[in-house]
Amino acid sequence: MDIQADKVQDSIGQLCPMPIAFMARNMRGMEPGQVLEIQADDEGAHADIPAWCEQTGNELLGEEQADGYYRYFVRKAG
Amino acid sequence: MADNKATIVVFSGEMDKIFAAYTIATGAAAAGMDTTMFFTFWGIKSIQKGNRTGKGLMGKMLGLINRGGIERQGPSKFNFGGLGRWMFKKMMADKGVAKLTELREMCVDLGVHLLACKMSMDVMEIDRTDLIDEVEDVVGVAKMIKEASESQIQFFI
Repeated sequence: MDIQADKVQDSIGQLCPMPIAFMARNMRGMEPGQVLEIQADDEGAHADIPAWCEQTGNELLGEEQADGYYRYFVRKAG
Repeated sequence: MADNKATIVVFSGEMDKIFAAYTIATGAAAAGMDTTMFFTFWGIKSIQKGNRTGKGLMGKMLGLINRGGIERQGPSKFNFGGLGRWMFKKMMADKGVAKLTELREMCVDLGVHLLACKMSMDVMEIDRTDLIDEVEDVVGVAKMIKEASESQIQFFI
């Protein structure tokens, strides 16, 4: 996926609710329009990250599989 | 943001149940909800510093049997006099689950309000000074009901 992230969050090895908690915390410090890349291998995060985006209004640009984990790209809402 | 609130009443003091309570609070706060946790009865144990408490004989006995502290509480099943607590902690740590103290810190960092029930504190002879500094206020049932009535989701754990 050809998306340039402004910040990368390493959530590999983290379990619920930490990937989401760190996402919320990281997003707080970002500007609208900026993109956060979350790297996570928790299976629960696969459902949680889209759900979190839907509830908070931030946009899930896409996800892609990497070596043993997923990369999620989320754009902060304006 | 009165239109986006969550309220969690934490009645239980066992490790597994407070784990659920703090996890839900983290999730709600992370989703941008104005989240409040009310600690009552055994729930108070998870916001105590862990020092000895009590004034009278029975209060002191209670403080001696369970002096509180989030890391000291055993699971609701299979505690086996503390062995179960050790086992669950080890299993959780091995799998990379956050510790209860980290979870509570995260809650505070995400703006979760921690409120303690005054009546439970009176009964169990627990002072404000026995509670962790992150506790915002000591309140009664009316405050909880007001928050809950404004919340879209409520939990009793």
